[in-house]
Amino acid sequence: MKTLVLVEHDGKQVKDATLAAVTAASKLGEVHLLVAGKGVGGIADAASKIAGVGKVHVADGAHLEHQLAEDVAPVAAALMGSHDAFLAPATTTGKNVAPRVAALLDVMQISDILSVEGEDTFTRPIYAGNAIATVKSKDAKKVITVRGTAFEKSATSGGSGAIEAVDAGGGSGKSSFVGAELSKSERPELTSAKVIVSGGRAFGSSGDFHALLDPLADKLGAAVGASRAAVDAGYAPNDYQVGQTGKIVAPEVYVAIGISGAIQHLAGMKDSKTIIAINKDEEAPIFQVADIGLVGDLFQIVPELTEKL
Amino acid sequence: MKLLVAVKRVIDYNVKPRVKMDGSGVDLANVKMSMNPFDEIAVEEAIRLKEKGAATEIVAVSIGPAKAQETLRTALAMGADRAVLVQTDEEVEPLAVAKILKGIADEEQPGLIILGKQAIDDDSNQTGQMLAALLGWPQGTFASKVEISGGDVNVTREVDGGLETVKLSTPAVVTTDLRLNEPRYASLPNIMKAKSKPLATKSPGDYGVDVAPRLETLKVVEPAKRTAGIKVGSVDELVAKLKALGVAK
Repeated sequence: MKTLVLVEHDGKQVKDATLAAVTAASKLGEVHLLVAGKGVGGIADAASKIAGVGKVHVADGAHLEHQLAEDVAPVAAALMGSHDAFLAPATTTGKNVAPRVAALLDVMQISDILSVEGEDTFTRPIYAGNAIATVKSKDAKKVITVRGTAFEKSATSGGSGAIEAVDAGGGSGKSSFVGAELSKSERPELTSAKVIVSGGRAFGSSGDFHALLDPLADKLGAAVGASRAAVDAGYAPNDYQVGQTGKIVAPEVYVAIGISGAIQHLAGMKDSKTIIAINKDEEAPIFQVADIGLVGDLFQIVPELTEKL
Repeated sequence: MKLLVAVKRVIDYNVKPRVKMDGSGVDLANVKMSMNPFDEIAVEEAIRLKEKGAATEIVAVSIGPAKAQETLRTALAMGADRAVLVQTDEEVEPLAVAKILKGIADEEQPGLIILGKQAIDDDSNQTGQMLAALLGWPQGTFASKVEISGGDVNVTREVDGGLETVKLSTPAVVTTDLRLNEPRYASLPNIMKAKSKPLATKSPGDYGVDVAPRLETLKVVEPAKRTAGIKVGSVDELVAKLKALGVAK
Protein backbone atom coordinates (compact mmCIF):
# COMPACT_ATOMS: atom_id res chain seq x y z
CA MET A 1 0.00 0.00 0.00
CA LYS A 2 1.20 3.51 -0.81
CA THR A 3 0.37 6.24 1.68
CA LEU A 4 0.47 10.01 1.39
CA VAL A 5 1.03 11.97 4.60
CA LEU A 6 0.29 15.70 4.81
CA VAL A 7 3.30 17.46 6.33
CA GLU A 8 2.29 19.94 9.02
CA HIS A 9 4.54 22.98 8.95
CA ASP A 10 4.49 26.69 9.64
CA GLY A 11 6.65 27.68 6.70
CA LYS A 12 9.77 27.45 8.89
CA GLN A 13 9.84 23.93 10.25
CA VAL A 14 8.14 20.56 10.15
CA LYS A 15 5.79 20.21 13.12
CA ASP A 16 6.08 17.22 15.44
CA ALA A 17 2.52 16.10 14.73
CA THR A 18 3.76 15.03 11.28
CA LEU A 19 6.11 12.48 12.85
CA ALA A 20 3.33 10.55 14.57
CA ALA A 21 1.31 10.49 11.34
CA VAL A 22 4.37 9.09 9.52
CA THR A 23 4.58 6.28 12.08
CA ALA A 24 0.89 5.46 11.59
CA ALA A 25 1.35 5.50 7.81
CA SER A 26 4.38 3.22 8.01
CA LYS A 27 2.13 0.56 9.57
CA LEU A 28 0.06 0.63 6.37
CA GLY A 29 2.84 0.62 3.77
CA GLU A 30 5.19 2.85 1.84
CA VAL A 31 5.26 6.44 3.15
CA HIS A 32 5.15 9.39 0.78
CA LEU A 33 4.77 12.95 2.00
CA LEU A 34 3.01 16.02 0.69
CA VAL A 35 4.51 19.40 1.49
CA ALA A 36 2.24 22.25 0.40
CA GLY A 37 3.16 25.89 0.86
CA LYS A 38 5.06 28.84 -0.55
CA GLY A 39 8.85 28.66 -0.73
CA VAL A 40 8.92 25.34 1.06
CA GLY A 41 12.17 23.92 -0.34
CA GLY A 42 13.71 23.88 3.13
CA ILE A 43 10.68 22.14 4.61
CA ALA A 44 10.83 19.53 1.85
CA ASP A 45 14.52 18.91 2.57
CA ALA A 46 13.81 18.43 6.27
CA ALA A 47 10.81 16.22 5.52
CA SER A 48 12.87 14.01 3.18
CA LYS A 49 15.16 13.14 6.11
CA ILE A 50 12.34 11.76 8.28
CA ALA A 51 13.07 8.07 8.84
CA GLY A 52 11.26 5.75 6.48
CA VAL A 53 10.10 8.32 3.96
CA GLY A 54 10.10 7.16 0.33
CA LYS A 55 9.15 10.25 -1.61
CA VAL A 56 8.32 13.87 -0.88
CA HIS A 57 5.79 15.54 -3.18
CA VAL A 58 6.19 19.30 -3.08
CA ALA A 59 3.44 21.66 -4.16
CA ASP A 60 4.94 25.14 -4.09
CA GLY A 61 2.88 28.18 -4.97
CA ALA A 62 2.05 31.67 -3.71
CA HIS A 63 -1.60 30.67 -3.23
CA LEU A 64 -0.51 27.86 -0.87
CA GLU A 65 1.30 30.19 1.55
CA HIS A 66 -1.36 29.87 4.24
CA GLN A 67 -2.31 26.29 3.39
CA LEU A 68 -6.00 27.08 3.00
CA ALA A 69 -8.07 23.91 2.76
CA GLU A 70 -9.73 25.08 -0.47
CA ASP A 71 -6.30 25.13 -2.16
CA VAL A 72 -4.50 22.21 -0.46
CA ALA A 73 -7.29 19.63 -0.74
CA PRO A 74 -7.39 19.48 -4.57
CA VAL A 75 -3.59 19.03 -4.67
CA ALA A 76 -3.83 16.10 -2.25
CA ALA A 77 -6.84 14.61 -4.03
CA ALA A 78 -5.03 14.73 -7.38
CA LEU A 79 -2.13 12.74 -5.89
CA MET A 80 -4.49 10.09 -4.57
CA GLY A 81 -4.73 8.55 -8.03
CA SER A 82 -1.41 6.90 -7.25
CA HIS A 83 -1.77 6.45 -3.47
CA ASP A 84 -4.07 4.25 -1.41
CA ALA A 85 -4.29 6.15 1.86
CA PHE A 86 -4.13 9.83 2.80
CA LEU A 87 -3.12 10.60 6.37
CA ALA A 88 -3.00 13.93 8.16
CA PRO A 89 -2.18 14.78 11.76
CA ALA A 90 -5.36 15.41 13.79
CA THR A 91 -4.38 19.05 14.30
CA THR A 92 -6.52 22.03 13.36
CA THR A 93 -4.74 22.06 9.98
CA GLY A 94 -5.27 18.33 9.36
CA LYS A 95 -8.86 18.42 10.54
CA ASN A 96 -9.53 21.36 8.22
CA VAL A 97 -8.05 19.74 5.11
CA ALA A 98 -8.59 15.96 5.37
CA PRO A 99 -12.42 15.82 5.24
CA ARG A 100 -12.28 18.06 2.19
CA VAL A 101 -9.93 15.56 0.53
CA ALA A 102 -12.21 12.70 1.60
CA ALA A 103 -15.29 14.31 0.06
CA LEU A 104 -13.44 15.00 -3.20
CA LEU A 105 -12.57 11.28 -3.32
CA ASP A 106 -16.03 10.14 -2.14
CA VAL A 107 -14.46 8.45 0.88
CA MET A 108 -15.70 8.34 4.47
CA GLN A 109 -12.85 9.60 6.65
CA ILE A 110 -11.63 7.77 9.73
CA SER A 111 -10.96 10.53 12.28
CA ASP A 112 -8.40 10.68 15.05
CA ILE A 113 -7.12 7.10 14.93
CA LEU A 114 -5.45 5.61 17.99
CA SER A 115 -4.09 2.47 16.37
CA VAL A 116 -3.74 0.62 13.08
CA GLU A 117 -5.23 -2.87 13.47
CA GLY A 118 -4.94 -3.88 9.81
CA GLU A 119 -4.84 -2.27 6.40
CA ASP A 120 -8.50 -1.24 6.65
CA THR A 121 -9.15 -1.48 10.41
CA PHE A 122 -8.45 1.18 13.02
CA THR A 123 -9.43 2.20 16.53
CA ARG A 124 -10.71 5.65 17.33
CA PRO A 125 -12.22 7.44 20.31
CA ILE A 126 -15.92 8.33 20.34
CA TYR A 127 -18.11 10.08 22.93
CA ALA A 128 -15.27 12.30 24.15
CA GLY A 129 -13.05 9.29 24.69
CA ASN A 130 -15.61 7.47 26.86
CA ALA A 131 -15.61 4.66 24.31
CA ILE A 132 -13.12 3.30 21.81
CA ALA A 133 -14.53 2.00 18.53
CA THR A 134 -12.82 -0.46 16.20
CA VAL A 135 -13.89 0.44 12.66
CA LYS A 136 -13.29 -1.18 9.30
CA SER A 137 -13.34 0.94 6.16
CA LYS A 138 -15.05 -0.41 3.05
CA ASP A 139 -13.73 2.40 0.86
CA ALA A 140 -11.06 1.55 -1.71
CA LYS A 141 -9.00 4.57 -0.64
CA LYS A 142 -8.57 5.57 2.98
CA VAL A 143 -8.57 9.06 4.40
CA ILE A 144 -7.37 9.21 7.99
CA THR A 145 -6.46 11.73 10.68
CA VAL A 146 -3.97 10.57 13.30
CA ARG A 147 -3.98 11.40 17.00
CA GLY A 148 -0.46 12.59 17.71
CA THR A 149 -0.23 11.20 21.24
CA ALA A 150 -1.20 7.68 20.15
CA PHE A 151 1.84 6.97 17.98
CA GLU A 152 5.58 7.21 18.55
CA LYS A 153 7.27 10.01 16.66
CA SER A 154 9.38 8.95 13.70
CA ALA A 155 13.01 10.04 13.82
CA THR A 156 13.76 13.30 12.02
CA SER A 157 16.92 11.90 10.50
CA GLY A 158 18.00 8.78 8.66
CA GLY A 159 15.57 9.09 5.77
CA SER A 160 16.52 9.94 2.21
CA GLY A 161 13.27 10.53 0.39
CA ALA A 162 13.35 11.71 -3.21
CA ILE A 163 11.91 15.19 -3.63
CA GLU A 164 9.52 15.67 -6.52
CA ALA A 165 7.67 18.83 -7.51
CA VAL A 166 4.00 18.34 -8.23
CA ASP A 167 1.30 20.52 -9.74
CA ALA A 168 0.36 23.11 -7.13
CA GLY A 169 -2.93 23.92 -8.88
CA GLY A 170 -4.38 27.40 -8.85
CA GLY A 171 -6.02 29.24 -5.99
CA SER A 172 -9.76 28.70 -5.56
CA GLY A 173 -10.19 32.47 -5.41
CA LYS A 174 -12.97 31.90 -2.89
CA SER A 175 -10.98 32.24 0.31
CA SER A 176 -8.04 34.31 1.43
CA PHE A 177 -5.92 34.75 4.53
CA VAL A 178 -6.55 37.96 6.44
CA GLY A 179 -4.34 37.62 9.49
CA ALA A 180 -3.37 35.61 12.52
CA GLU A 181 -2.86 36.25 16.20
CA LEU A 182 -0.53 33.49 17.21
CA SER A 183 0.51 33.07 20.81
CA LYS A 184 4.20 33.77 21.23
CA SER A 185 5.88 31.94 24.03
CA GLU A 186 9.36 30.90 25.03
CA ARG A 187 7.83 27.83 26.62
CA PRO A 188 7.50 24.46 24.90
CA GLU A 189 4.44 23.76 22.77
CA LEU A 190 1.60 22.06 24.62
CA THR A 191 1.35 19.06 22.33
CA SER A 192 5.05 18.22 22.51
CA ALA A 193 5.95 19.37 26.06
CA LYS A 194 7.35 16.85 28.54
CA VAL A 195 5.77 18.68 31.46
CA ILE A 196 2.52 20.65 31.46
CA VAL A 197 1.07 22.76 34.26
CA SER A 198 -2.58 23.41 33.65
CA GLY A 199 -4.99 25.72 35.44
CA GLY A 200 -8.74 25.79 35.92
CA ARG A 201 -11.46 28.18 36.90
CA ALA A 202 -10.34 28.15 40.54
CA PHE A 203 -7.69 30.76 39.66
CA GLY A 204 -10.51 33.29 39.52
CA SER A 205 -8.86 35.80 37.19
CA SER A 206 -6.53 36.08 34.24
CA GLY A 207 -4.09 38.00 36.45
CA ASP A 208 -3.81 35.28 39.07
CA PHE A 209 -3.77 32.55 36.43
CA HIS A 210 -0.60 33.95 34.88
CA ALA A 211 0.97 35.37 38.06
CA LEU A 212 0.82 31.96 39.74
CA LEU A 213 1.21 29.49 36.87
CA ASP A 214 3.84 31.17 34.71
CA PRO A 215 6.63 31.14 37.36
CA LEU A 216 5.84 27.50 38.21
CA ALA A 217 5.94 26.57 34.53
CA ASP A 218 9.29 28.35 34.18
CA LYS A 219 10.73 26.42 37.14
CA LEU A 220 9.63 23.11 35.61
CA GLY A 221 10.41 24.01 31.98
CA ALA A 222 6.76 23.28 31.36
CA ALA A 223 4.10 24.35 28.91
CA VAL A 224 0.99 26.04 30.31
CA GLY A 225 -2.45 24.61 29.62
CA ALA A 226 -5.95 25.40 30.80
CA SER A 227 -9.34 23.79 31.26
CA ARG A 228 -12.24 24.82 29.09
CA ALA A 229 -13.78 26.62 32.07
CA ALA A 230 -10.67 28.77 32.47
CA VAL A 231 -10.57 29.59 28.75
CA ASP A 232 -14.30 30.36 28.62
CA ALA A 233 -13.83 32.67 31.61
CA GLY A 234 -11.10 34.50 29.72
CA TYR A 235 -8.21 33.58 32.04
CA ALA A 236 -6.23 32.04 29.18
CA PRO A 237 -6.37 32.16 25.36
CA ASN A 238 -8.13 29.43 23.38
CA ASP A 239 -4.93 27.72 22.28
CA TYR A 240 -4.22 26.81 25.92
CA GLN A 241 -7.28 24.57 26.11
CA VAL A 242 -6.67 20.92 26.90
CA GLY A 243 -9.60 18.60 26.33
CA GLN A 244 -11.59 16.62 23.82
CA THR A 245 -12.40 19.71 21.77
CA GLY A 246 -9.13 21.47 22.51
CA LYS A 247 -5.66 19.95 22.48
CA ILE A 248 -4.99 16.30 23.25
CA VAL A 249 -1.81 15.98 25.29
CA ALA A 250 0.16 13.13 26.82
CA PRO A 251 3.23 14.56 28.57
CA GLU A 252 5.47 12.76 31.06
CA VAL A 253 3.97 14.84 33.85
CA TYR A 254 0.68 16.72 33.83
CA VAL A 255 0.01 19.01 36.79
CA ALA A 256 -3.69 19.93 37.03
CA ILE A 257 -4.25 22.85 39.38
CA GLY A 258 -7.70 24.04 40.36
CA ILE A 259 -9.21 21.79 37.70
CA SER A 260 -12.15 19.68 38.86
CA GLY A 261 -11.76 17.11 36.08
CA ALA A 262 -14.77 17.31 33.77
CA ILE A 263 -15.08 14.37 31.34
CA GLN A 264 -14.15 16.53 28.41
CA HIS A 265 -10.95 17.73 30.12
CA LEU A 266 -9.95 14.21 31.16
CA ALA A 267 -10.40 13.09 27.54
CA GLY A 268 -7.62 15.48 26.57
CA MET A 269 -5.00 14.50 29.16
CA LYS A 270 -5.66 11.08 30.63
CA ASP A 271 -2.92 9.45 28.59
CA SER A 272 -0.32 11.51 30.41
CA LYS A 273 2.27 9.31 32.09
CA THR A 274 1.97 10.85 35.55
CA ILE A 275 -0.92 13.07 36.59
CA ILE A 276 -0.57 15.36 39.58
CA ALA A 277 -3.66 17.13 40.91
CA ILE A 278 -3.89 20.09 43.26
CA ASN A 279 -7.42 20.95 44.30
CA LYS A 280 -9.12 22.21 47.43
CA ASP A 281 -12.06 19.82 46.96
CA GLU A 282 -10.92 16.34 47.92
CA GLU A 283 -13.98 14.87 46.17
CA ALA A 284 -13.01 16.46 42.81
CA PRO A 285 -13.11 13.87 39.98
CA ILE A 286 -9.56 14.80 38.98
CA PHE A 287 -8.29 12.84 42.00
CA GLN A 288 -9.79 9.64 40.55
CA VAL A 289 -7.28 9.75 37.69
CA ALA A 290 -4.38 11.45 39.48
CA ASP A 291 -1.29 9.48 40.48
CA ILE A 292 -0.36 12.07 43.05
CA GLY A 293 -2.87 14.37 44.71
CA LEU A 294 -2.56 17.29 47.08
CA VAL A 295 -5.67 18.73 48.69
CA GLY A 296 -5.46 22.41 49.53
CA ASP A 297 -5.76 26.02 48.48
CA LEU A 298 -3.88 26.68 45.25
CA PHE A 299 -3.24 30.30 46.25
CA GLN A 300 -1.01 29.01 49.07
CA ILE A 301 0.28 25.82 47.46
CA VAL A 302 1.38 27.16 44.07
CA PRO A 303 3.64 29.98 45.36
CA GLU A 304 5.11 27.63 47.99
CA LEU A 305 5.74 24.96 45.37
CA THR A 306 7.37 27.44 43.00
CA GLU A 307 9.52 28.72 45.86
CA LYS A 308 10.68 25.26 46.90
CA LEU A 309 11.52 23.95 43.43
CA MET B 1 -29.32 36.27 2.72
CA LYS B 2 -30.80 32.94 3.68
CA LEU B 3 -29.02 30.85 6.31
CA LEU B 4 -29.06 27.08 6.64
CA VAL B 5 -28.14 25.49 9.97
CA ALA B 6 -27.68 21.78 10.52
CA VAL B 7 -28.51 20.26 13.90
CA LYS B 8 -28.03 16.75 15.25
CA ARG B 9 -29.85 14.94 18.02
CA VAL B 10 -27.23 13.41 20.30
CA ILE B 11 -26.79 12.13 23.83
CA ASP B 12 -27.10 15.04 26.29
CA TYR B 13 -23.67 16.40 27.12
CA ASN B 14 -24.25 15.95 30.85
CA VAL B 15 -24.91 12.20 30.52
CA LYS B 16 -21.98 9.83 30.93
CA PRO B 17 -22.06 7.42 28.01
CA ARG B 18 -22.10 3.71 28.90
CA VAL B 19 -20.68 1.11 26.58
CA LYS B 20 -23.06 -1.80 25.94
CA MET B 21 -22.09 -5.13 27.50
CA ASP B 22 -22.03 -6.86 24.10
CA GLY B 23 -19.56 -4.28 22.73
CA SER B 24 -21.88 -3.25 19.90
CA GLY B 25 -21.98 0.42 20.80
CA VAL B 26 -23.02 2.95 23.42
CA ASP B 27 -26.30 2.39 25.24
CA LEU B 28 -28.76 5.10 24.18
CA ALA B 29 -31.94 3.45 25.49
CA ASN B 30 -33.74 5.71 27.99
CA VAL B 31 -30.90 8.23 27.86
CA LYS B 32 -31.62 11.95 27.71
CA MET B 33 -31.01 13.30 24.20
CA SER B 34 -30.44 16.94 23.25
CA MET B 35 -29.20 19.13 20.46
CA ASN B 36 -25.46 18.75 19.85
CA PRO B 37 -23.91 21.66 21.81
CA PHE B 38 -21.85 22.90 18.84
CA ASP B 39 -25.05 22.96 16.73
CA GLU B 40 -26.78 25.06 19.39
CA ILE B 41 -23.97 27.57 18.89
CA ALA B 42 -24.62 27.38 15.13
CA VAL B 43 -28.32 28.12 15.60
CA GLU B 44 -27.51 30.99 17.96
CA GLU B 45 -25.06 32.50 15.48
CA ALA B 46 -27.65 32.33 12.69
CA ILE B 47 -30.19 34.08 14.89
CA ARG B 48 -27.70 36.81 15.82
CA LEU B 49 -26.90 37.39 12.14
CA LYS B 50 -30.61 37.73 11.43
CA GLU B 51 -31.08 40.08 14.38
CA LYS B 52 -28.25 42.23 13.03
CA GLY B 53 -30.02 42.41 9.69
CA ALA B 54 -27.35 40.39 7.88
CA ALA B 55 -29.76 37.51 7.20
CA THR B 56 -33.40 37.26 6.25
CA GLU B 57 -34.43 33.65 6.89
CA ILE B 58 -33.09 30.72 8.90
CA VAL B 59 -33.80 27.16 7.83
CA ALA B 60 -32.86 24.43 10.32
CA VAL B 61 -32.16 20.93 9.03
CA SER B 62 -31.71 17.65 10.84
CA ILE B 63 -31.02 14.17 9.55
CA GLY B 64 -32.14 11.41 11.86
CA PRO B 65 -35.06 9.55 13.41
CA ALA B 66 -38.59 10.93 13.86
CA LYS B 67 -37.55 12.15 17.32
CA ALA B 68 -35.09 14.57 15.73
CA GLN B 69 -38.24 16.67 15.25
CA GLU B 70 -37.81 17.66 18.90
CA THR B 71 -34.31 18.94 18.12
CA LEU B 72 -35.70 20.95 15.21
CA ARG B 73 -38.48 22.34 17.41
CA THR B 74 -35.77 23.52 19.80
CA ALA B 75 -34.06 25.32 16.91
CA LEU B 76 -37.40 26.85 15.91
CA ALA B 77 -38.06 27.91 19.49
CA MET B 78 -34.65 29.57 19.62
CA GLY B 79 -35.52 31.56 16.51
CA ALA B 80 -35.17 29.57 13.28
CA ASP B 81 -38.00 30.24 10.83
CA ARG B 82 -38.68 26.79 9.42
CA ALA B 83 -37.28 23.30 9.50
CA VAL B 84 -36.58 20.28 7.34
CA LEU B 85 -36.28 16.78 8.82
CA VAL B 86 -34.64 14.21 6.59
CA GLN B 87 -35.99 11.19 8.36
CA THR B 88 -34.14 7.91 8.60
CA ASP B 89 -33.58 5.35 11.33
CA GLU B 90 -30.18 4.43 9.90
CA GLU B 91 -27.05 5.85 11.46
CA VAL B 92 -25.93 8.30 8.81
CA GLU B 93 -22.20 8.95 8.44
CA PRO B 94 -20.79 12.47 7.86
CA LEU B 95 -20.18 11.84 4.13
CA ALA B 96 -23.84 10.91 3.54
CA VAL B 97 -25.00 13.77 5.79
CA ALA B 98 -22.90 16.16 3.69
CA LYS B 99 -24.47 14.77 0.49
CA ILE B 100 -28.00 15.24 1.85
CA LEU B 101 -27.16 18.77 3.00
CA LYS B 102 -25.78 19.49 -0.46
CA GLY B 103 -29.14 18.44 -1.90
CA ILE B 104 -30.92 20.79 0.47
CA ALA B 105 -28.47 23.60 -0.29
CA ASP B 106 -29.08 23.14 -4.03
CA GLU B 107 -32.82 23.58 -3.37
CA GLU B 108 -32.64 26.37 -0.81
CA GLN B 109 -29.67 28.37 -2.18
CA PRO B 110 -28.50 29.74 1.20
CA GLY B 111 -25.75 32.34 1.40
CA LEU B 112 -24.22 30.68 4.43
CA ILE B 113 -24.47 27.23 5.99
CA ILE B 114 -23.53 27.05 9.67
CA LEU B 115 -22.85 23.73 11.40
CA GLY B 116 -21.26 22.58 14.64
CA LYS B 117 -17.59 21.65 14.18
CA GLN B 118 -18.28 18.16 15.48
CA ALA B 119 -21.00 16.10 17.11
CA ILE B 120 -20.28 14.91 20.62
CA ASP B 121 -21.27 11.33 19.82
CA ASP B 122 -19.02 10.24 16.94
CA ASP B 123 -16.57 13.18 17.31
CA SER B 124 -15.86 13.01 13.57
CA ASN B 125 -15.39 16.71 12.79
CA GLN B 126 -15.99 16.18 9.07
CA THR B 127 -19.45 17.19 7.87
CA GLY B 128 -18.90 20.92 7.30
CA GLN B 129 -15.64 20.44 5.44
CA MET B 130 -17.13 17.66 3.30
CA LEU B 131 -20.20 19.75 2.51
CA ALA B 132 -18.00 22.69 1.46
CA ALA B 133 -15.99 20.38 -0.81
CA LEU B 134 -19.10 18.85 -2.42
CA LEU B 135 -20.57 22.30 -3.06
CA GLY B 136 -17.22 23.77 -4.18
CA TRP B 137 -17.64 26.47 -1.53
CA PRO B 138 -15.03 27.98 0.82
CA GLN B 139 -15.04 26.97 4.47
CA GLY B 140 -14.39 28.70 7.78
CA THR B 141 -13.97 25.94 10.33
CA PHE B 142 -13.74 26.19 14.16
CA ALA B 143 -15.13 29.71 14.10
CA SER B 144 -14.87 32.03 17.09
CA LYS B 145 -16.12 35.11 15.19
CA VAL B 146 -18.24 35.51 12.05
CA GLU B 147 -18.73 38.85 10.30
CA ILE B 148 -20.66 39.33 7.09
CA SER B 149 -19.73 42.34 4.98
CA GLY B 150 -21.03 42.71 1.47
CA GLY B 151 -20.63 39.49 -0.42
CA ASP B 152 -17.93 38.21 1.92
CA VAL B 153 -17.75 36.67 5.33
CA ASN B 154 -14.77 37.05 7.63
CA VAL B 155 -14.28 34.08 9.91
CA THR B 156 -11.86 34.06 12.85
CA ARG B 157 -10.81 30.47 13.48
CA GLU B 158 -9.48 28.80 16.63
CA VAL B 159 -6.29 27.09 15.47
CA ASP B 160 -3.56 25.25 17.37
CA GLY B 161 -1.29 28.29 17.44
CA GLY B 162 -3.96 30.84 18.39
CA LEU B 163 -6.40 32.58 16.07
CA GLU B 164 -6.50 32.92 12.29
CA THR B 165 -8.86 35.04 10.21
CA VAL B 166 -9.90 34.12 6.68
CA LYS B 167 -12.09 35.97 4.22
CA LEU B 168 -14.55 33.81 2.30
CA SER B 169 -16.71 34.74 -0.64
CA THR B 170 -20.34 33.72 -0.16
CA PRO B 171 -21.93 31.25 -0.41
CA ALA B 172 -19.76 29.59 2.24
CA VAL B 173 -19.75 27.01 5.01
CA VAL B 174 -18.91 27.89 8.62
CA THR B 175 -18.38 25.42 11.47
CA THR B 176 -18.63 26.65 15.05
CA ASP B 177 -16.24 26.37 17.95
CA LEU B 178 -17.10 26.78 21.61
CA ARG B 179 -16.43 30.45 22.04
CA LEU B 180 -18.39 31.82 19.09
CA ASN B 181 -21.34 32.71 21.33
CA GLU B 182 -23.41 31.56 24.27
CA PRO B 183 -26.66 30.04 23.02
CA ARG B 184 -29.92 31.45 24.42
CA TYR B 185 -32.60 29.44 26.12
CA ALA B 186 -35.90 29.33 24.33
CA SER B 187 -38.62 31.19 26.24
CA LEU B 188 -41.93 29.47 26.94
CA PRO B 189 -43.89 31.71 24.54
CA ASN B 190 -41.32 30.96 21.83
CA ILE B 191 -41.56 27.23 22.52
CA MET B 192 -45.33 27.50 22.03
CA LYS B 193 -44.89 29.55 18.85
CA ALA B 194 -42.37 27.04 17.48
CA LYS B 195 -45.07 24.38 17.42
CA SER B 196 -46.81 26.13 14.56
CA LYS B 197 -43.72 26.93 12.52
CA PRO B 198 -43.40 24.86 9.31
CA LEU B 199 -41.50 21.55 9.51
CA ALA B 200 -41.16 19.55 6.30
CA THR B 201 -40.31 15.86 6.37
CA LYS B 202 -38.16 14.32 3.65
CA SER B 203 -36.15 11.15 3.14
CA PRO B 204 -32.53 10.62 2.03
CA GLY B 205 -33.95 9.15 -1.21
CA ASP B 206 -35.53 12.53 -2.01
CA TYR B 207 -31.98 13.80 -2.47
CA GLY B 208 -30.79 10.64 -4.21
CA VAL B 209 -28.39 9.83 -1.39
CA ASP B 210 -27.43 6.28 -0.44
CA VAL B 211 -26.84 6.27 3.32
CA ALA B 212 -25.31 2.77 3.48
CA PRO B 213 -22.34 3.06 5.86
CA ARG B 214 -18.79 2.97 4.54
CA LEU B 215 -17.36 2.23 7.96
CA GLU B 216 -18.29 -0.93 9.78
CA THR B 217 -18.05 -0.76 13.56
CA LEU B 218 -16.55 -4.07 14.66
CA LYS B 219 -16.68 -3.36 18.37
CA VAL B 220 -16.89 -0.64 20.97
CA VAL B 221 -15.10 -0.95 24.28
CA GLU B 222 -14.45 1.19 27.32
CA PRO B 223 -11.08 2.89 27.38
CA ALA B 224 -8.40 1.66 29.74
CA LYS B 225 -9.14 3.10 33.14
CA ARG B 226 -6.70 5.00 35.31
CA THR B 227 -6.84 4.31 38.97
CA ALA B 228 -6.47 6.87 41.69
CA GLY B 229 -2.97 7.04 43.13
CA ILE B 230 -1.77 8.45 46.38
CA LYS B 231 -2.35 11.73 48.15
CA VAL B 232 0.53 13.67 49.64
CA GLY B 233 0.08 15.83 52.72
CA SER B 234 2.34 18.77 52.02
CA VAL B 235 4.15 20.77 49.38
CA ASP B 236 7.46 19.31 50.61
CA GLU B 237 6.24 15.80 49.87
CA LEU B 238 5.07 16.94 46.43
CA VAL B 239 8.48 18.49 45.73
CA ALA B 240 10.11 15.19 46.68
CA LYS B 241 7.81 13.34 44.27
CA LEU B 242 8.60 15.79 41.46
CA LYS B 243 12.31 15.24 42.11
CA ALA B 244 11.80 11.47 42.00
CA LEU B 245 10.05 11.88 38.63
CA GLY B 246 13.08 13.79 37.39
CA VAL B 247 11.20 16.97 36.53
CA ALA B 248 12.60 19.02 39.40
CA LYS B 249 16.15 19.39 40.63
